[in-house]
Amino acid sequence: MTALLDIDRLRGGYGRVQVLRGVSMTIDAGEIVAVLGANGAGKSTLNNTVSGLYPAFGGAVRFEGRDITRARGTDIVAAGLIQVPEGRRVFPNLSVLENLELGSYRRGRTRRTQSLERVFTVFPRLRERTAQRAGTLSGGEQQMLAIGRGLMAEPRLLILDEPSLGLSPLLVEEVFALIGQLNREGLSILLVEQNVGQSLEIAHRAYVMENGAIAFHGTPAELLGNSDLKRAYLGI
Amino acid sequence: MLDPAILLASALNGLTTGAVYALIALGLTLIYGVLHIINFAHGAALMVALYGVYFLHRGPGLDPYLSLPVMVPAMFVAGYALQRLVIGRASHGKDENVLLVTLGIAIVLENLALFLFKSDTQTIDTPYTFSTVSILGAMISVPKVVAFGGALVVAALLLLLIRRTDLGRAIRAIAKERQGARLVGIDVEHVFAMSFGIGLACLGAAACFLLPTYYVNPQVGNGFVLIAFTIVVLGGMGSFAGALAGGLLIGVVESLGGLWLGESLGQIGIFLIFIAVLLFRPQGLFGARA
Repeated sequence: MTALLDIDRLRGGYGRVQVLRGVSMTIDAGEIVAVLGANGAGKSTLNNTVSGLYPAFGGAVRFEGRDITRARGTDIVAAGLIQVPEGRRVFPNLSVLENLELGSYRRGRTRRTQSLERVFTVFPRLRERTAQRAGTLSGGEQQMLAIGRGLMAEPRLLILDEPSLGLSPLLVEEVFALIGQLNREGLSILLVEQNVGQSLEIAHRAYVMENGAIAFHGTPAELLGNSDLKRAYLGI
Repeated sequence: MLDPAILLASALNGLTTGAVYALIALGLTLIYGVLHIINFAHGAALMVALYGVYFLHRGPGLDPYLSLPVMVPAMFVAGYALQRLVIGRASHGKDENVLLVTLGIAIVLENLALFLFKSDTQTIDTPYTFSTVSILGAMISVPKVVAFGGALVVAALLLLLIRRTDLGRAIRAIAKERQGARLVGIDVEHVFAMSFGIGLACLGAAACFLLPTYYVNPQVGNGFVLIAFTIVVLGGMGSFAGALAGGLLIGVVESLGGLWLGESLGQIGIFLIFIAVLLFRPQGLFGARA
C-alpha cells in the first residue's frame, strides 16, 4: 500500500540558505501525524516546501503516489493537499462567508454549498458571523475560519501549522478536540505543533525535527517513554 | 447672477464628463488596490485606446460605439500581456521597480505615438457629434449622455465583478493577503494580470465613449491621468464606490468652476477640493476604516 504522503530525503530552504537537510516521513490515510520541534527546526519550511510555496532543492514528495516535488502550488491544492498556515492568513478585508467561498476556489467548487453546510456544522460560531469581516474576528474565531477555509477544498490531507499559537488554554483544548473529531470523521491530518502534550494526545505517530532533519520518529507512547528524548528535544 | 438654467446645464454637462473620469479612475483604482502599484502608464494607455478608436473609424469606418466590442477585449489582452510579460518580470517583487517600469512604458508609448502619428490633434465626425437632447430644459450633447450612461453601466458591471464573482473575491483577497491566497490555490500572477487587463479594458470603454466629443493626440492622456489620480485619492485609495462618486463630483466641480472662472481656470476648483480633503479627511471621502 502506498502512503498518502511520502516525503523522501527532502532538501529545501529559502533562496540559497538550506534549511531542510534530507527529511523523510510518511503519512497514511486516516492518520494524525504530529511534527514536533523547537522554533527554527524547519517545521514551517517543510510545510511550505511540501505545499509548493518554496522550491525543493532535492529529494522527492509523493502525494497519493504522484510526484509533486516540483508541482505548482495551485496544482498541489487541486490535488487535495491543503495547508492551514501558521498565523491563519485569513483574508481580513473579506467577510467570513467570502473567506470560506474562496476556500473552494481551486478545488471543490461544484460542491460549495454542501461544504459550507459541513463547515457550519463543525463551527457553529462561524454561521453566526457570515457577514462579519474576518479581520474583526477574535484569534480563536480566525483559527476556526482558517481551518474551515481549508475544509472547503475537501482536503485529502490537511496540514495544520501551529493551530494553537496565540490561543487561550481553553480555546487550545477546543481546537485540539476539533482536530481529533475531524480525524475520526476520516480526515488525514499532518499536525505541526510546538504544543507537545496536546499534540501527542491525539496523534497516532510523531516525528521530532531538529536542525532541518528528523531526530526521532515513533508512537506517542515511545516518545513519552524515552526520558532522554523528552529532555533533549521536547523540554518536558 | 447666473441663470439657474445655465447652472443646471453646466452641472449636467459636468456629470457626463465626470462619469467618464470615474471610469478611468476605476481602472486605476483596481490596479492600485490589488497590485499596490501606481500605474503611470494609465494615461498613455488611454491615449493608445483613443488612437485605436480613431483608426477603427478612419479605416474600416467603424462607429466609436461599435468599436466597444473590439477595443474592450483588445485593451484587456494588452493589459494582461503587459503585466505578465513586462511589468511582472521587470519588477522582481519591488514596488518602486514597478513604478519606474510603468513610467518607462508611458514614455515609450507617448514617443512611439509622436513618431507614428505626429503631434497633430485628431478628431472624428459622426452624424450625432453635434446633436443635442433636452434634459430638464437643458440642452445636453447626445454623445455625452451616451457616455454618461455607458460609463455607469461599465462601472456597475465592474462593481458586480468585484463583489460577486470568485475572480473579484480573489482580487480583493490578494490585495491584503497574498500568502493566504496562494494557499487556497489562487494563481496570484494570473490574478495580477487579470486586474491589470480589466483596468485597461475600462480605458478601452472610456475611449469609445470619449472620442465622439473629444480629440486624440500623443499627450491626450496626461490631463486625464492627473484628474484620475486626484479622484483615486479623493475617493480613498482603492475604494471603488469612492472612485465612482469622486469622478462624478470632480466632473461637476470642473464644469461649474469653468462657468464662474472661465474655461482655463475651471480646474482650480478640483484642486481646492483635493487640498481640503487632504487636510481634513486624508483617508479620502470613502476611505477604508483603518
